[in-house]
Amino acid sequence: MNALIDDVKTADATEAVDLAAEFNNSGLVEVFDELDRDLIGLAPVKKRLREIAALLLVDRARARFGLNAVSPTLHMSFTGNPGTGKTTVALRMAEILHRLGYVRKGHLVTVTRDDLVGQYIGHTAPKTKEILKRAMGGVLFIDEAYYLYRPENERDYGQEAIEILLQVMENQRDDLVVILAGYADRMERFFMANPGFRSRVAHHIDFPDYSQGELFEIGGRILAGMNYKLSAEAGEAFTRYIELRILQPHFANGRSVRNALDRARLRQANRLFAAGKPVTAEDLVTILAEDILVSRVFSGGIDSYPPIRS
Amino acid sequence: MRLTQGAFSFLPDLTDAQIAKQVQYCIDKGWAVNIEFTDDPHPRNTYWEMWGMPMFDVKDAAGIVFELNECRKAHAGHNYIRVSAFDSTHTWESLRLSFITDRPADEPGFALERQEVDGRAIRYTTRSYAAQRPEGTRY
Repeated sequence: MNALIDDVKTADATEAVDLAAEFNNSGLVEVFDELDRDLIGLAPVKKRLREIAALLLVDRARARFGLNAVSPTLHMSFTGNPGTGKTTVALRMAEILHRLGYVRKGHLVTVTRDDLVGQYIGHTAPKTKEILKRAMGGVLFIDEAYYLYRPENERDYGQEAIEILLQVMENQRDDLVVILAGYADRMERFFMANPGFRSRVAHHIDFPDYSQGELFEIGGRILAGMNYKLSAEAGEAFTRYIELRILQPHFANGRSVRNALDRARLRQANRLFAAGKPVTAEDLVTILAEDILVSRVFSGGIDSYPPIRS
Repeated sequence: MRLTQGAFSFLPDLTDAQIAKQVQYCIDKGWAVNIEFTDDPHPRNTYWEMWGMPMFDVKDAAGIVFELNECRKAHAGHNYIRVSAFDSTHTWESLRLSFITDRPADEPGFALERQEVDGRAIRYTTRSYAAQRPEGTRY
């Protein structure tokens, strides 16, 4: 941030800054286009990201006029159910902040509790600091952040990690951005127990569940990426699969879709192999309805591994 | 007497911003940056105490400046602190840059001792005035 202000020449008070041009020049257009293209749904998330980008651009314009801009707190918390794209967005976030010049390197360091918390007394602080050092100049993404705080064990070392985190989040706002992620209800409890965190995290972004249509689209996207396609009947079967799967426990949005498709690929491979006939390219890329209909979901079971006994 | 070891030692002390820029240069070159300290300023004292591990995986100078500040909290005022950058590429495998970032307020300097041996031959020894006192109480 400071380096940024140094580099920018102070403009005359009469001069006008074209924010749209700023936006275009910063290369953010491509990032947001990509975001729209690659991430299906998530409208509130995208809106929030644009708002943050706007704030940062305006701050940059203010700095140009010598208006004192306190560097904004950009620490965020992402809450949402499993498989709603929190990690993917965090990665994009690192890039967006890098383009805007708010983090110098734009790398993402993903950690969970065991990367931060030590196993014995005096182990936690160096471990946490090590991670923080690595994340400086980029974004630190703490997945399942609520595990850091274990109220049932008062001697838990998680508290120590939290204190160090809070200290660095406050004192070195220019050097790194921390993103906490986790399920909404547990994160809520985590923030209740650690008011310091709540006040230091400026942006709380909630990731909504995907609709059926969006999940189907995600499936199509995943298959296209792997050079597969669904036959017309398979498409129908897959729509029905999603309808049924959503209602079952352990549904993890995009991740469940990906797993289901992985299993469909497995069945397709087996089918082709068992047929014992020469295969064409068309055979190799097409997933048929039967590959999907074999799924336990259709017989009232849960399509997960290990199978859950009823 | 001002200790002149490593790079930039004839310049005024570097500011934190300047240190950060030098460190960033080293990181961008892929060198591992280390922080070292000592209270024995003899020029042949090559291996100083290391402050923590070499920082192989730090991508931004802020991480190293953070660690440098930690080291200063513990050792500044009565130790020299230096930053060194190690290049591990084959055929280099050695330090590429080393500079002193912190020095004690008062540097008494060195004495030159002449030992007369074998007739008129002379052997020279430098001895740091500071190192005459035991470790930890030198500055």
